[in-house]
Amino acid sequence: MELLAFGDTGWGDELFYATLMTIAVSITAMIIGFSFAAIFTPLKLSNNKLLNFVANSYTTVIRGVPELLVIYLFFFGGTGAVMYVASIFGYNEYIEINAFITGAFAIGIISGAYSTEVFRGAVQSIDKGQFEAAKVLGLSKLTQFFKIILPQVLRLAIPNLSNVWQITLKDTSLISVTGLVEIMRQSYIAAGSTRDPLFFYSFAAVLYLLLTYFSMKLINRLEIKYSKGY
Amino acid sequence: MDLELMISSFPKLLSAAVITLKLLSVSLIIGLFIGLLFAILRLNKNVLINKFAYGYSYVFRGTPLLVQIFIIYFGLGQIEYLRTTFLWVVLKEPYWCAIIAFSLNTGAYTSEILRSAFQTIKPGIIEAGKSLGISSKIVFYKIQIPIAIRQSLPAYGNEIILMMKGTSLASTVTLMDLTGVAKYIISTTFKPIEVFIVAGGIYLFMTFIIHNVIKFLEKKYSFN
Repeated sequence: MELLAFGDTGWGDELFYATLMTIAVSITAMIIGFSFAAIFTPLKLSNNKLLNFVANSYTTVIRGVPELLVIYLFFFGGTGAVMYVASIFGYNEYIEINAFITGAFAIGIISGAYSTEVFRGAVQSIDKGQFEAAKVLGLSKLTQFFKIILPQVLRLAIPNLSNVWQITLKDTSLISVTGLVEIMRQSYIAAGSTRDPLFFYSFAAVLYLLLTYFSMKLINRLEIKYSKGY
Repeated sequence: MDLELMISSFPKLLSAAVITLKLLSVSLIIGLFIGLLFAILRLNKNVLINKFAYGYSYVFRGTPLLVQIFIIYFGLGQIEYLRTTFLWVVLKEPYWCAIIAFSLNTGAYTSEILRSAFQTIKPGIIEAGKSLGISSKIVFYKIQIPIAIRQSLPAYGNEIILMMKGTSLASTVTLMDLTGVAKYIISTTFKPIEVFIVAGGIYLFMTFIIHNVIKFLEKKYSFN
């Protein structure tokens, strides 16, 4: 237990902040993922073959390639890409991208591919009559989407989105390879300096279990809230 | 685009893909046995056995694979007692540590897939078997298992693909699998996009093959 003391003597406070970092990266990645899903879900559902192809390549490639490889691409390629874009605008200094942004972006793109599939499935499982009824009532396209389709999509998507959240949360452990100090990285540092890897990695496992356990509890509540009346 | 690098790195990455496939197939075979064992334990009426099997699958599904590999590779070596047993022969090799971690991980997911497959078998089918005078052992092996396999094929196909991506973590314990070699080439040439395209292409090709094999099996084992 001494190893987990707060302050200079133990690793308690470091691990506590690392846990907060894991939560922060996961939530940021999830939000970035939702933005990607907001772009690619309509493309997937559109009748245009080219748009379909673009969205399908995104989800197929990201879901078929290991997360670690995607992270390496962003880690090694991110700086180059940003500097290239900056050089177009005439800025030629070296730009260092924050590990948090690189990590959250890489995990976000992965998470977005899974979210896109979830939202596509949810939209497709809404009864066709709903769309037709909304049209017949003379609702505008926007009202149709926000008042009729979206609430139903959310209800249908929440159970599967909770899986995406779990995957995203666990994937953040891979960002440790880029040096961002989240649970895994902090445990690695602590294990290295105390020579007690068994304890620290087991403790990391417990932290992840707690995170998944409590987030599942929270999501279950949301699920109940959104399925009112069903 | 550095086409020359893409062409020259292709054979290196391809030979690394063989290690990825080796890791994948060995872990899947061991994981299938673990999964079947724990699925049967989950269906046991004894609460203690049931809870134990549930705990196993909960822990391995609730923690990242990376933590599991690190506990086995870095953690277990710390126990002095283990170093004196024959287990040390296995545990000092990163290859076997990766295999153990992957097998236990995929075993946990497989046990859940098989359990839900067993549970969706209609009781009438088992009753029909019993009323024909077939012993419950034979009902299990000849009726329940084949039906469960067919039921679980789509989910198991996903698990194989997830596991294939999971084997990339072997590179974190010094194994030179497809991702390990890709990272090495990227860090020596600083051409991440080219290497990503080649390595990602190989992964996608493997995903494509697995996907189609499962599809073929699904068709073969479907009722119609």
